[in-house]
Amino acid sequence: MPITHYIILSLALFSIGIVGVLTRRNAIIIFMCIELMLNAVNLLLVAFSKMHNYAAIKAAADQKLPITEAILNTGSEGQIFVFFIMVVAAAEVTVGLAIIVMMYRNIHSVDVNFLNRLKH
Amino acid sequence: MKNALNIVYLIPLLPLVGFLINGLLRKHLSKSMISVVGCGTILVSFALSIVMFLQVKNGDGGTIEYFNFISVGELTIPFAFQIDQLSSLFLLIITGVGFLIHVYSTSYMQEEKPEHFGRYFSYLNLFVFSMLLLVMGANYVIMFIGWEGVGLCSYLLIGYWFKNNEYNKAANKAFVMNRIGDLAFLIAIFWIIAKTGGVNYGEVFAFAPKLSGTDATIITLLLFVGAAGKSAQIPLYTWLPDAMAGPTPVSALIHAATMVTAGIYMIARSNVLYSLSEVSMNVVAIVGLATALLAATIALKQNDIKKVLAYSTVSQLGYMFLALGVGAYSAGVFHVMTHAFFKALLFLAAGSVIHAMSGEQDIRNMGGLSKKIRITFITFLIGCIAIAGIPPFSGFFSKDAILLNALLVDSHDGSFSIKGIILYGVALFTALLTAFYMFRLLFITFSGTFRGTEEQKHHIHESPAPMTIPLIILAVLSIIGGLIGIPDAIVKGGDKFTEFLSPVIAQRAGHPVSHSTEYMLMGLSTVLVGITIIVAWRQYRNYKRKEATGFAKVLEDKWYVDEFYEKIIVKPLHNFGGFLKNVFEKLVVDGLVNGVGRMVNYGGRQFRLLQSGQVGSYVLLMVLSMVIIFLVQFFLRK
Repeated sequence: MPITHYIILSLALFSIGIVGVLTRRNAIIIFMCIELMLNAVNLLLVAFSKMHNYAAIKAAADQKLPITEAILNTGSEGQIFVFFIMVVAAAEVTVGLAIIVMMYRNIHSVDVNFLNRLKH
Repeated sequence: MKNALNIVYLIPLLPLVGFLINGLLRKHLSKSMISVVGCGTILVSFALSIVMFLQVKNGDGGTIEYFNFISVGELTIPFAFQIDQLSSLFLLIITGVGFLIHVYSTSYMQEEKPEHFGRYFSYLNLFVFSMLLLVMGANYVIMFIGWEGVGLCSYLLIGYWFKNNEYNKAANKAFVMNRIGDLAFLIAIFWIIAKTGGVNYGEVFAFAPKLSGTDATIITLLLFVGAAGKSAQIPLYTWLPDAMAGPTPVSALIHAATMVTAGIYMIARSNVLYSLSEVSMNVVAIVGLATALLAATIALKQNDIKKVLAYSTVSQLGYMFLALGVGAYSAGVFHVMTHAFFKALLFLAAGSVIHAMSGEQDIRNMGGLSKKIRITFITFLIGCIAIAGIPPFSGFFSKDAILLNALLVDSHDGSFSIKGIILYGVALFTALLTAFYMFRLLFITFSGTFRGTEEQKHHIHESPAPMTIPLIILAVLSIIGGLIGIPDAIVKGGDKFTEFLSPVIAQRAGHPVSHSTEYMLMGLSTVLVGITIIVAWRQYRNYKRKEATGFAKVLEDKWYVDEFYEKIIVKPLHNFGGFLKNVFEKLVVDGLVNGVGRMVNYGGRQFRLLQSGQVGSYVLLMVLSMVIIFLVQFFLRK
């Protein structure tokens, strides 16, 4: 499958996320949209990682070079990054959900438009 | 004696030390200590100057370099002193006459408070220091430092009694008018650097023949404007009479030993450059002569004893410039020397008169003083005879040399050119005016009956010895000072002065006149001066006070030159300043400054609306910004 498909899918996911963040007022939905954007990026990272890996192995095979460890590992940084993002996202979720809970306890609502006191 | 040049730096250094001691410790030293320091430093400098002079006379002058003062690119300006015939002569005049004036001051300023007394002497010492620097410098830059120094000191001393606002104005006037000349001098220095690549006299004069005619003319004219400012020539002369606001010994110092002779020194020093430009020479001669005549006419009707002497100085300086302009540099310098003697004498004697009259300066309130202050009278009389030019007093020889050289200008075969005859005629007429106003001053002051108040009459007394002894010494010098420059016609080889200066001053290649002609000219001027004195005597021996009318009134009011300058220059400048202050400052400058403030204020108020506190709007802006950055990156990046 060409890389373009992955890019378009991840762009679609990311755009949905942005639109969701911009238009929805429910804090939990906004939260989910943020997760959506993060995962769009994750998807893209994995796709590019695989693409580079495949290209490196194919180039080595074409030139009849021995397939070394280094060539096999090409592009693996992208996948490692994905794990990082997942860990950070998980941490973020715990903090974010805690905030939402506190917010609900205080104003009995999860509507972000009530939270316009940031300027004070 | 060859080593004497090694200690030449002491000559200017001692007055500087005197300035520092008197200036810094003026509140702690007694008056007698201040006097000893002030006079002592100048006396030692004078002694050293004599040593230098003798050495130069034996042909052992030279240039001593101390350190590199300025070094920029290819231009190096050393801090160096040049001791040659011209500078050693000026050293003698400055320190010698300066010393006598210092001694005189110790008595004249006795009534001042100790701290002001110290201030006065520190200024005097600084004045002498600056003037010494001016004449000793081996290049135009060192000369310029001294040049600025004397300008500053004249300001300080003219405004010495700073509580009187009129005196402060006179000091300002002197300073500002000098600045005009100084600017021209500075431009001339830059021009010299640009064209010759150096400022040392030796280099510049060696390069001079390669200068184009225009460059030589521009440089010399600019130098002349500088000299006109310092030496009080048309159109920058009006500060000098106003400089009378200072104490009388200061006037003597400014008029005789320092300051005003700086311009003459500078042109005499640059004689190589001037000889290259016919135009500049003519300008110098004509301006000098015009100044001499104008100032002499003004002096005819002045009633302040110091003002008469001041205009007489302006007039005599004009004479010197005439000499320089016709190429008779050594005659000009000779007149500087004799003038230093008799003008210092006249000023100090006038100071003695003022002292006797308890501060009165108006000669209409004097009269009949000759019997009461005998020494002052006799010395003043000697000064008058010397300045009038009666043989064998000093003024006669120098004035005669100038007159003869003026007559001989452009003369190659012994006949006189029309230009020469006109210059001679006007100069001779000015000499007669000089004799007339000086003897008018003498007769009104010293003969007839006393016209002041009873209290003044009771108080009249001869000045103490520290004042009379300098007078007597200067009187002797005024009598015999001219004998070193006796023209060849009288004593063969008698003109020792010109001979002495010949290594540094180019001699004019004129055709000498026959001795009989010279005798005739001398006789003519002497007889005419004698007649003038008799006329003055008949008219003024019994002076009655009367108001000046008609033309005399114009002369008394100094041809209204000050009023003319006031209208033409001062008023418009003042109005321009007012325009800048009231209109330009308020509208443009203030407008700009306030405008910046108002703009920031307005911008802040508008941008504040963005901070709504709505998280949604923040996120929207963030996304929009990101999109913009992305687009910029995507489309504009090469």
